[in-house]
Amino acid sequence: MARTMAEKVWEEHVVRRAEGEPDLLYIDLHLVHEVTSPQAFEGLRLAGRSVRRPDLTIATEDHNVPTENILGPIADKVSRTQIETLRKNAAEFGVRLFPMGDLDQGIVHVVGPQLGLTQPGMTIVCGDSHTSTHGAFGALAFGIGTSQVEHVLATQTLPMAPFKTMAVTVNGTLKPGVTAKDIILAVIAKIGTGGGQGYVIEYRGEAIRALSMEARMTICNMSIEAGARAGMIAPDDTTFDYIKGRPHAPEGAEWDAAVAHWKSLSTDDDAVFDAEVVLEADELSPFVTWGTNPGQGVPLDSTVPDPAGYDDPTERAAAEKALAYMDLRPGTPLREIGVDTVFLGSCTNGRIEDLRAAAEIIKGRKVADGVRMLVVPGSMRVKEQANAEGLGEVFTAAGAEWREAGCSMCLGMNPDQLKPGERSASTSNRNFEGRQGKGGRTHLVSPLVAAATAVRGTLSSPADL
Amino acid sequence: MEKFTVHTGRAVPLRHSNVDTDQIIPAVYLKRVSRTGFEDGLFAAWRANDPEFVLNKPEYTGATVLIAGPDFGTGSSREHAVWALQDYGFKAVLASRFGDIFRGNSLKGGLLTVVLAQEVIERLWAMVEADPTAEVTVDLQEREVRAPGITEPFELDDYTRWRLMEGLDDIALTLRQTEAIDGYEQRRKSWLPVTR
Repeated sequence: MARTMAEKVWEEHVVRRAEGEPDLLYIDLHLVHEVTSPQAFEGLRLAGRSVRRPDLTIATEDHNVPTENILGPIADKVSRTQIETLRKNAAEFGVRLFPMGDLDQGIVHVVGPQLGLTQPGMTIVCGDSHTSTHGAFGALAFGIGTSQVEHVLATQTLPMAPFKTMAVTVNGTLKPGVTAKDIILAVIAKIGTGGGQGYVIEYRGEAIRALSMEARMTICNMSIEAGARAGMIAPDDTTFDYIKGRPHAPEGAEWDAAVAHWKSLSTDDDAVFDAEVVLEADELSPFVTWGTNPGQGVPLDSTVPDPAGYDDPTERAAAEKALAYMDLRPGTPLREIGVDTVFLGSCTNGRIEDLRAAAEIIKGRKVADGVRMLVVPGSMRVKEQANAEGLGEVFTAAGAEWREAGCSMCLGMNPDQLKPGERSASTSNRNFEGRQGKGGRTHLVSPLVAAATAVRGTLSSPADL
Repeated sequence: MEKFTVHTGRAVPLRHSNVDTDQIIPAVYLKRVSRTGFEDGLFAAWRANDPEFVLNKPEYTGATVLIAGPDFGTGSSREHAVWALQDYGFKAVLASRFGDIFRGNSLKGGLLTVVLAQEVIERLWAMVEADPTAEVTVDLQEREVRAPGITEPFELDDYTRWRLMEGLDDIALTLRQTEAIDGYEQRRKSWLPVTR
């Protein structure tokens, strides 16, 4: 029977199938960070259990870490305790950890791919919803809760309820200045934050095939913002070229065998998806959000929508509430909205390509007066690479702050936060109320829009410069 | 995990859609390493800043059933959202749609999340707003929600229902399959990466 890629990967990982029970799936890679793991390790300890496969588990410090003075003790005692707890747990249970100061430390979803640990056809989990990022390689990767973290630590498996499949096809070619971030924001605006519920999305079509691995990760990363379990893109030469030569990539005959297998994973031509969505790439333009959920987005060329225009009473109420929180009036051109802070970083857009794209815009220009721009690389390797390419200097010369690696202002668990009432243009993934700091207001944007906004001080695209 | 069979209690109408897990419990409360005591973080921003927020109304104090808008629990995978609801005293959440990860976490942890049509949610909202003392029964045995003038069946797969009713620990159930896991590991591709 013809199958989709997601179904093939799932089938390959079924440890046990029994009538009336969820499939028990094997997990090839378990990524761990400090926030969602302490209670899981404590659970193991209380039950006298061990980590079944520490060699398939890896930990990094990312959510809480400060992005300045990282070699000193963390000032926030609660954050410090959480980091220390991860270090203690990793040592006790034999899990390899990249602590602050380690060249391999960084955001968990940046670290896995750059080490070559993320490969096509794998099942990958992490106690973090943006695990969907790894689907860019043709892996089945999903976020899990702490109970499931404990389950995977103890058994290297998870009982999983069946999923449905959705194809999101993006035809044609993107116009210059339009990026992967604009594609995914447009997809979420189209299908809504619940549109993907119960589905694994496969992104397909000419515009997707033309994207780099980093851009593909940006798309898959935000599958969760569309409500999906996971997002995937079929592996191809772009994927294989990215993986080859990385520290954990197969070599020699193993490489050839792996590639042959990876090529077999693509969705069969006559496979049927449970749902299909189609977008035309040449109709897309830079996209920004105006509200407090990632589905509340519009093209930058447009205006703040009027809640009265919504037929659905629930959507109308949500729009009214969002505009009140965001302190915006219907009809305001988005380009007239001024920001206090620009945040470039996160597991969505904190990779080297994102920094290059923004640096190209910023180079020779200055961050506008009264605007703070924070550039936070996704990992220390990304920072090293950026410095080698002179990008760090470009950012600092423009007046931006060039920080150390971590999740930073994406969720403000470290000191990088918006103050109440402050407004940001952010390359991260969530514009929820208070996400970037209590009372903070977030507009989600691409790295190009972030850079242009930093220069002009109002939401802008590079074409406005 | 505590067994869940039937629960009856007063209910809170939460008339918002898209209540993400950042609203259920803001990230600052996630720094703790303990498993209990998250009730102070529940809807912390709304409770602190909005006197009209439904949980700030005395008539809903002590309610144990949350009746929420569509797409409740979207966003972050933080299981702390489930813990915060439970620590605050909630036993069940009713909504027309839930975020997938949140739903999975709730059913793992014994917080019963029930999917009902939005039209039923609207009737329940109207009912508990008119009479905050009215009780709602969530009956897992019969897979039914009952309230004055309202009786609605809901779906939940047999396996999850059984696990909740028995209060079973998933890990212990999976550890019975160790032989199958061992067997699977023998068959895994040799090139798959290890983290060493």
